[in-house]
Amino acid sequence: MSPREESSLAIKVETLSKAYRIGESRTKQDTLTASFLRFLSYPFRQFRAIGKLNTYSSAESQSNTIWALKGVSFEVKKGDVIGIIGHNGAGKSTLLKILSRITDPTEGCVQINGRVASLLEVGTGFHPELTGRENVFLNGTILGMRKSEVSRKLDEIIEFSGCAQLIDTPLKRYSSGMKVRLAFSVAAHLNPEILIIDEVLAVGDLEFQRKCIEKMNSVASNGRTVLFVSHNLSLVKSLCHRSIILERGRASSLLETEAAITQFMRSLQANKMEDVHDSEFIKKVRVKVSDAPKRDIYTGDCVDIELELMIPKDAKSFSIVGGVMNHYNTKIFTIGMSLDPKLGEHSIGGDRTAVCQIENFNVSSGRYRIALVLSVDNQDVERLENAHFFDVHESNFHRCRVSEPPGVVQCRQSWKIV
Amino acid sequence: MSKTTIIQPPKRFISLVSWSELWAYRDLLMFLTWRDIKARYAQSVLGIGWAVIQPLFQMLVFTLVLGKMAGIPSDGAPYAIFAFVGLLPWTFFANALTGSSGSLIANAGMLNKIYFPRLVMPLSATIAKMMDFVIASLILIFLLIFYQKLPSIYVLYAPLLILILFMTAVGIGCFLTALAIQYRDIQYAMGFGVQLAMYASPVVYSSTLVPLEWRGLYAMNPMVGVIEGFRSIFLNTIEFPLTWVLQGFVVSVILFICGILFFASRERVFADVA
Repeated sequence: MSPREESSLAIKVETLSKAYRIGESRTKQDTLTASFLRFLSYPFRQFRAIGKLNTYSSAESQSNTIWALKGVSFEVKKGDVIGIIGHNGAGKSTLLKILSRITDPTEGCVQINGRVASLLEVGTGFHPELTGRENVFLNGTILGMRKSEVSRKLDEIIEFSGCAQLIDTPLKRYSSGMKVRLAFSVAAHLNPEILIIDEVLAVGDLEFQRKCIEKMNSVASNGRTVLFVSHNLSLVKSLCHRSIILERGRASSLLETEAAITQFMRSLQANKMEDVHDSEFIKKVRVKVSDAPKRDIYTGDCVDIELELMIPKDAKSFSIVGGVMNHYNTKIFTIGMSLDPKLGEHSIGGDRTAVCQIENFNVSSGRYRIALVLSVDNQDVERLENAHFFDVHESNFHRCRVSEPPGVVQCRQSWKIV
Repeated sequence: MSKTTIIQPPKRFISLVSWSELWAYRDLLMFLTWRDIKARYAQSVLGIGWAVIQPLFQMLVFTLVLGKMAGIPSDGAPYAIFAFVGLLPWTFFANALTGSSGSLIANAGMLNKIYFPRLVMPLSATIAKMMDFVIASLILIFLLIFYQKLPSIYVLYAPLLILILFMTAVGIGCFLTALAIQYRDIQYAMGFGVQLAMYASPVVYSSTLVPLEWRGLYAMNPMVGVIEGFRSIFLNTIEFPLTWVLQGFVVSVILFICGILFFASRERVFADVA
């Protein structure tokens, strides 16, 4: 690689691996003598076990080591905003800990060009007995700021946190929300070249969350390099240009965030495409386009959602409420009907088919699921969270292709220039 | 030009301390020390007064039990002030060891969440105890006035004695801190270990009670030079023990360097073993 390319890199990770030792399973002693000897040798075994906590030798049996990361390589250019997504235990936190120098890798190498600040937690080092102001200084210096730097930004930090009134009160008198706000304010005023953030945004009330996201956006758009780990996929999507998927310690290549999320969701739901079968009252759910059952439909299609129901014989009324969720688990719209014949004696029980016709299925591409609740005589009798899965694909719904992400729903639109 | 950081698996057993990095984090050292002091005495009636009470009451008890009842000789000085001059540096030393060895464990949450030179932790705990030492020294001044004692010319050696005291505390403190984060036994052993060590130092008795042929070995304990040095300065008990002080100085430098090197070589695994 030429020196010029090299200098445009912020982070270069090469075949990074990290092994952790896990507890050995204990063998049980079945004689009194053996138990007693084991009891006597306990300190020696314990001494060896504790001493080995942090070591790894390839010669040893591999049974009690797990690889939190294995052969992870990627490069981040200066000014890139990169998302890291993955399941719990995929190695996200371990990766961030290595990048922020909290723990050492077992193998591999990382090269970081620039001043790094990492936020794996907000409010590190906060002490309940100190005042808000003192904690701002303490936390700021822990995060690597100089005292003069904190002093300079102090007013701004206090203003942003909205805790100005209580700033000289001990932190233990703060509500937990206020603590978090103060903590985030300090973090938000860091000015590093490279910022490493773990899920710290799920804090505070809605108003404050909005402020945080705005701040993040401004950091991201200021040409700084950001590495962002979150379970909140829509946040990753809105903040990050490109993303990496971690799965059981292995990393994908850098993908466009949109593609990464789709791929991640597919792996998440690969075994979940199966609809619920053993249901009692809702026998089958189908999505049909022009009378043919489909798993793959296109934005703007005319869609029938068909439900085969078994209504109890003596039922006098029933209703269906449900929703269509996208892969962020956001409900896109509600579907529902209720049948209440008001005839009293006339039963509506038996096998029924309910069809919900949707004229223009104007949702964007992605995987969707239908969740349903069936009530009979005002009693919920069945609730299916994963009644049916289907995929929606992009059609040429829009006349012009815009480069922006399409949004959750798409409205048919016509333009006039006057 | 931005700085480049390389992160790699640890290669050598011994690693060196990055003083420039420690210097860059000097503000953190200051605020952590401040946090230690302030948090310790927050919401207490006597506040920093507690720094005085510990050596003062120990002095009273020792004077009563050892001075009056057992009649331990005190090289011609009143036993109360004789004991206090010993207790003053010893209290600092004992508290510094306990404080620094517990500092990493108490802040294990921080270790796992953020990078900073770990040395800041035991250092700030030790410096915070230095504050108590300074406050308790005021009592010494009162006692000196009360007993009408004038320090000798050897008072010029006082800064050296304090340096020996500090380096010994930091050296042993770092060693114990690095061990304690991995082996919690250290914490449990601290309480009585420190107490035992007190009897290996001339805190409540005079070094002149130690048999002559053992004194050379005895003075390998840097606290011997420090305590007897202070006594000679303020109480004129014995000739200023220059050999003991120099011997203690050499030992304290060795302890200081070894302690910090040991700490630095273990530093990188703290987050994994905490």
